[in-house]
Amino acid sequence: MKKYSVINTPIHNIDGIAKITGRAEYAFDIKLPHMLYGKILRSPYPHAKILKINTKKAEGLTGVKAVVTGKDTLGIKQGIWRRFKELCDEEILARSKVRYIGEPVAAVAAVDEDTAEEAMDLIEIEYESLPGVFEPIEAIKEGAPQLHEHAERNINVTRHIEWGDVDEGFKKADHVREDWFRCSSQHHVCMETHNAVASFTPDKKLTVWTSTQSHYYIQVLLSWVLGLRENDVRVISRYTGGGFGSKFELDSAQFCSSLLSMKLFKPVKIILTREEEFMATKRRTPMFYYLRTGVKKDGTFLAKEGRVFTEGGAYTSMGATALYLTGFFQAFPYVWPSYRYDGYRVYTNTAPTSAMRGFGAPQATFCAETQIDLIANDLGIDPIKIRRKNAMYPGYEVPGQATIQSCGLSQCLDKIEKWIKSQGKLPPNRGIGIAAYGFMSGGIFNWFDTPYAFSSAVIQVNIDGKVDLYIGSQDMGQGSNTTMTMICAEELGVQVEDIRLHMGDTESCPVDLGAWGSRETLMQGNAVKMAAAKAKQQIIEYAAAKLSPNIVYDLDIKDRWVHLIARPERGLSYYDVVKEAIRGKDGQPIIARGHYTPHRKGMISPAYSFGVQAVDAEVDPDTGKITLKNCVTAHDCGQVINPLGVKGQLEGAMAMAAGYGYTEDPSMDEGKILNPNLVDYKVLRATEMPETKVIEVETYEPEGPFGAKEAGEGLTNPTAGALGNAVFHATGLSVKNLPITPEKVLEALKEKKKKKKK
Amino acid sequence: MEKQLLRITVNNEYHELYVKPKRLLVEVLRDELELTGTKRGCNTGACCACTVLLNGVTVKSCSILAMQADGTEVTTVEGLAEGGKLSPIQRSFLDHGAYQCGFCTSGMLISATALINEKPSPTKKQIKEAIHGNICRCTGYNSIIRAIKAVAEGKYKEEE
Repeated sequence: MKKYSVINTPIHNIDGIAKITGRAEYAFDIKLPHMLYGKILRSPYPHAKILKINTKKAEGLTGVKAVVTGKDTLGIKQGIWRRFKELCDEEILARSKVRYIGEPVAAVAAVDEDTAEEAMDLIEIEYESLPGVFEPIEAIKEGAPQLHEHAERNINVTRHIEWGDVDEGFKKADHVREDWFRCSSQHHVCMETHNAVASFTPDKKLTVWTSTQSHYYIQVLLSWVLGLRENDVRVISRYTGGGFGSKFELDSAQFCSSLLSMKLFKPVKIILTREEEFMATKRRTPMFYYLRTGVKKDGTFLAKEGRVFTEGGAYTSMGATALYLTGFFQAFPYVWPSYRYDGYRVYTNTAPTSAMRGFGAPQATFCAETQIDLIANDLGIDPIKIRRKNAMYPGYEVPGQATIQSCGLSQCLDKIEKWIKSQGKLPPNRGIGIAAYGFMSGGIFNWFDTPYAFSSAVIQVNIDGKVDLYIGSQDMGQGSNTTMTMICAEELGVQVEDIRLHMGDTESCPVDLGAWGSRETLMQGNAVKMAAAKAKQQIIEYAAAKLSPNIVYDLDIKDRWVHLIARPERGLSYYDVVKEAIRGKDGQPIIARGHYTPHRKGMISPAYSFGVQAVDAEVDPDTGKITLKNCVTAHDCGQVINPLGVKGQLEGAMAMAAGYGYTEDPSMDEGKILNPNLVDYKVLRATEMPETKVIEVETYEPEGPFGAKEAGEGLTNPTAGALGNAVFHATGLSVKNLPITPEKVLEALKEKKKKKKK
Repeated sequence: MEKQLLRITVNNEYHELYVKPKRLLVEVLRDELELTGTKRGCNTGACCACTVLLNGVTVKSCSILAMQADGTEVTTVEGLAEGGKLSPIQRSFLDHGAYQCGFCTSGMLISATALINEKPSPTKKQIKEAIHGNICRCTGYNSIIRAIKAVAEGKYKEEE
């Protein structure tokens, strides 16, 4: 018998038909009877006191049903780091002070969007402008304008990570390098902008349809800030039009539509415009990185010291996690005998910065991988060799932080080396750069303070063998619905079409923390596998009674055949056994539960993915323009569950990460975003995509379901670094300031010419 | 402003309805005709999520007034499958995993359909150019390009 009948086969996404026929109903599409439309008025100042708000005129406009301001709220400062009071610092509707351009100050509900828009012009607000501060390096200085009373010198969070004797390491080093890097911000640009439809009814129950990565988080946060009982808030999110880290915190559409609905007892819909999305939703954390690194002559890594100042923006959001993860992944995926990291997250008068695909690791990987190529160049060592010499390996322990179980990094390096060699000599102005990376498979931390298991699943097997699978995880396009269906089908021994999935609704689904930090495959996957195994056990008990094998024999189900493992031909149809089993249970369907919470798995994650990426790029010396030619990735995500899904995830991550590397340039002037639209903010288009190739390196991760681990988020980490290194090998120039725009390349080329003349 | 009579055929169905002159085509499709398969990603004509066929040619339905479509025939994503049979492009998108979150997919399918109708055997460059305006933030486009290429190579025929 084949090892797997479902796992590792290219399965159509189970939401596919709905999505390609236009039937998939996003929160964006929800329309309810008597529904009103809302708009949010936002601060034009980066830093100001709110002296007075007069809503009278707006309320008097025909068609306007309600206006709310901070006075209509409970004034709760909320945040996702609920275990730490001082990190819950965001009101969403500001009461006395605004701290960034775009911060919500009032919201209107009216019969249509045009009327709501008109009403916003009639709201009179008196501000007292305060001096602002926009860069972390400035904001941390004594005497800088202070954003929050509790945060002296605007320090929001600090992080220290250390192991080994760093000072001793530097003493022993033959070569020491110091570099400064600047990592830019990046916008998520989900195609479905943030939106919500909230409906509050006289029985004091609130239902919210929204585009989210975690319906559970939104349920809990909404009930907290609105003063409702947790389970009187129902959050529904069947389809989510992209997330990438932007949709698991409470947002202004969810909060303001709920507040308005509670006032009016009518459904209220708010859709953020693309401009609001750029101005006032969260974004990737910009970082200023200092790295000092000591190595032996032969390239052996000895010591590394990293210091980072991150532009926090006005509030904590998920930025505190990014600060920790960037420090941890700065030392990835290598063996560092000693390492010291100090991170400072600094409040600034800019839109809050937070989680975005890679969660601090793309910044770390860009700096680390750029510097490694510079060191290799200094010492005359091949970039592959220096990485292989210091690569993490199975069983390696990151001191005090993590244990690496499966690790295919060395095999990935071999594959990439082979591909580079196959390319032969490149034409002038072309270069291949590489970057190695790793990422987590779900976070272990619980600053949200959930009392529930991290992931749960419930299974019910019905009389016709159809399986109802209830999960709490959220599919935002990454394909977790299909992954969970496949894991369930494989473990239970049936096929994908035997499963009916229920997700995206807090009323009927068990709790899962949501789709972020690459959690779902491993954590939700383990919960599903456990539930399926328990359901299978019940079915097998009935089959055993019927087949009455020698007690030493084990039974299993595969592809709807309940059989003796040692003698697969002796068995019964799954459908027949299920029918009899349910009859035998006095008519009760077979029900089972599964759950997963990591215990004693270190500080970060139960498992890590690894990979190496090579980018082949051409640089035009006259214009500084970069053209991507090829992008090859060797990738270890453990056991592949759905090859079709993994390939799509990897290509998509690469496109987003390449944008971070050279086209996506969020320009800002004194807290104002200068390019808040899709013309001036340049995400990659089809014409800019290079050829992509994915080489799977298979490993088995003992902690993951069927040996699977993270795939898709981690690949956002290497591309900017690999691209930068390609430019370095093509031109001899190292740009340490993201994104690598033509202007920066030209500037560096000029510098080089000047130096040559001297 | 006074409403005007719009006569429009959408997915082979004829409609007469009164609309305000400033209503956009996308608003009429989504709000009046409840064809919510057509999405809006930017409202400035920069993302092509709202692409539909107007007399067989692609237009961004957020960038034209509904009244400009008076007397025309419009095809939206809901009109691609007929009688439960998926179009070749749709089947190829399924097989190639050429969608993820699905929010750009309707516009992408329409752009691809227009291309194949116009040039049954496009080159890879022509495929890329045909979907240049359609932003997809999930897939990195290559699976979409493979899906369209497979149709161009005749691997997907109209279902009988």
